[in-house]
Amino acid sequence: MISTNKGETVSIVLDGEEVEVPAGINLVDAAALFKKEIPHYCYHPQLSVAGNCRMCLIEMGTPMRDRGTGEPVLNDDGTQKIGWVPKPVIGCATTVSPGMHVKTISEKVTDCREGIMEFLLVNHPLDCPICDQAGECRLQEFATDYGRGYSRYVERKNVKPKRTRLGPRVTLDDERCILCSRCIRFSQEVAKDDVLGFVDRGSYSTLSCFPGRELENNYSLNTVDICPVGALTSTDFRFKMRVWFLKELPSICAESSAGCNIMVSSREGEIHRITPRRNDDVNDSWMTDSGRLLYKQVRSDNRLLTPQVKQTESALDVAISSAFESFNGKKLAIVGSCHSTLEELYLLNHLSKATKAKKYLRGHFGEDDGILLSADRSPNLRGTLLSGFTNEYPKKDLSKLNDDLKKGVVDAVLVVNEDLLDSGVEGESLLGVPVTYLGTHQNTTSNLAEIVIPTLTSFEKKGTFINRSFIAQGFASTVPSPGGLLPLTQILCRLLSLSDEESKITADFSLIWKNLSSPPKSPFKGMTFTDAQRGSLQIDGSKWNNLSFVEKKALHFEPQSSVLSSK
Amino acid sequence: MPKTVVLARKPLSFSERTYLPQIATGLKTTLSNMFKPNVTLQYPEEKPSIPQNYRGVPTLVKDPNGREKCVSCQLCEFVCPPKAIRITPGSVPEDDDSREHVEKAPEEFEINMLRCIYCGYCQEVCPEEAIFLQDEYSTSGYSREEMINNKEKLYELGGTVPDPHYKWDKKKNAEDEGNSH
Ligand code: SF4
Ligand code: FES
Repeated sequence: MISTNKGETVSIVLDGEEVEVPAGINLVDAAALFKKEIPHYCYHPQLSVAGNCRMCLIEMGTPMRDRGTGEPVLNDDGTQKIGWVPKPVIGCATTVSPGMHVKTISEKVTDCREGIMEFLLVNHPLDCPICDQAGECRLQEFATDYGRGYSRYVERKNVKPKRTRLGPRVTLDDERCILCSRCIRFSQEVAKDDVLGFVDRGSYSTLSCFPGRELENNYSLNTVDICPVGALTSTDFRFKMRVWFLKELPSICAESSAGCNIMVSSREGEIHRITPRRNDDVNDSWMTDSGRLLYKQVRSDNRLLTPQVKQTESALDVAISSAFESFNGKKLAIVGSCHSTLEELYLLNHLSKATKAKKYLRGHFGEDDGILLSADRSPNLRGTLLSGFTNEYPKKDLSKLNDDLKKGVVDAVLVVNEDLLDSGVEGESLLGVPVTYLGTHQNTTSNLAEIVIPTLTSFEKKGTFINRSFIAQGFASTVPSPGGLLPLTQILCRLLSLSDEESKITADFSLIWKNLSSPPKSPFKGMTFTDAQRGSLQIDGSKWNNLSFVEKKALHFEPQSSVLSSK
Repeated sequence: MPKTVVLARKPLSFSERTYLPQIATGLKTTLSNMFKPNVTLQYPEEKPSIPQNYRGVPTLVKDPNGREKCVSCQLCEFVCPPKAIRITPGSVPEDDDSREHVEKAPEEFEINMLRCIYCGYCQEVCPEEAIFLQDEYSTSGYSREEMINNKEKLYELGGTVPDPHYKWDKKKNAEDEGNSH
């Protein structure tokens, strides 16, 4: 595992070249810094070192010193003699030390790699044509890069079970497993659910769940990602699509305020799987299983695809202008959503000013699992604060709106992606109140709404989410949106220009960010949308320290209150 | 730039102007062909014999056990230059006794013969030797849909070919006789 060091470096000699590397890292990572690959299977930068695959063998030596006197031993030419370790050592378990000499390429190293590859392939079924890992398989890659290129094995191969169910989402192909134990270490160290282990010996070793247990935690699919071969497969993705057809684009997970970085893989506009993308400040290399299922919403049956006015389909322009007609001159209530992006919330806030509307907001809360599923089940609650949409921490329902409707303080509602009836608003209070629903999926509110304008899911639009640690992460669309629909930002801009003819705000993201960052005390000072998209931006959220955020201590997250009290 | 040179046409000689030598040569060719063997085929009643390496319509084949060989690895779909192939992969249920050790097979397999250019890449790339461009060369249809060969049609066209590997039988033997777990 990467050890934390305070910026110290040591100098080592890598393939004859003297280089500076951070102290405390191992040789695999050190070589990678200089674009030299030391092939490895069992080592994973975010797990403990097991050192059992032996693929990372290299030659290593240290400057020699006299045992007795401690004087350096010199060569004839006056340079210090290097004591090469007579046998190769594993790079993953060797930490850099000053003056260390390393050979990542040499005859001996090549020989080792060929030998290891041969052993790993002895009982390998070679079923690449049906293996889901084919195309992103370390075994394939290293066999071509470092293997012998032909097989000398003529004996009969082992036959092991090919479709063992390890849990509800993971299927194991035992023949392919190279016994690297990454999955076991992941379960122990990250998921904190120790269920996997090896049984039997020698070539009969098999990965298995402990008796009576299943690999069913919400992080089980990460084992599939880190399995360097095709042994662990995702039951959902198994045999569905070959990876070389998939187009991979980065995005941000909208499941909770953890804001996991994800890779969305699609073919011809259809998403086939979601995998985590490494970000050492947010989610390391992990994400939840539940977050991976969110792509199913994109093509679900209850997706809204056509604008409706009074339950009849209509053109988008008509729907937008009738929405404006329905609340124009009335006492409007705008119900925002913590699932909206920062830019959408910014525009929604402007719309509320232009229409003199009252603003309402609810939060979505659940259990905190202390890793990457936070108690706040919306991706952008902090965005509602930072965009200026609200100053208060949202409650878990909209009972205030219900009261205001009853009192007649408001008599028209514009809802973004929330289900009013599910949020404590009674059906009777909505009688005779024109409701405009802007959302992605059908729900009871969309069914009773006078005007329904479909919007896009986070996979189809661009925007910014601000996660629980006040890190702003921009994302772009990963798949094309359904025909005829517009992103919410554009719909809001049209409503805005209808309500306020003077309004100069457009859905141009650079302009929105310019406006966001221009106030003198803005936390976005000097930032642009491009910055947010390129990497995570740490925003100063100290202004909101007095709010009681629901998140508990988790991976890469310390609740503000505990940070404050510890100071 | 090379310059265009205009050449003057040479005047015809006397014998050329009579055309008689040319007519005589033509008649000689015709006459000699009257005594050579007949090569014209009475197509479509009479069909040519197709050489082994002919690249006709791509087809799917079964092994002598009657199992489909394709495992839907989709390499042909990937390699096909005009994108004529479309495969829907599917998995084989574990309890299917006739297909022991087979895990994956195409649920649907379509080759659009309006797109196919008969290049033979699919046959070349197939790791299971399941797709062959055989001797069928004449396809026609009344609609575009008719020109898309589906899985059923492809197996009908392909038939069974001798198989030197018997991959799944080998696997079964390995399990029965030796190193099963
Ligand atoms: S299943 Fe994969 S990750 Fe687990 S030990 Fe085997 S090869 Fe390693
Ligand atoms: S990566 Fe070093 S022993 Fe496996």
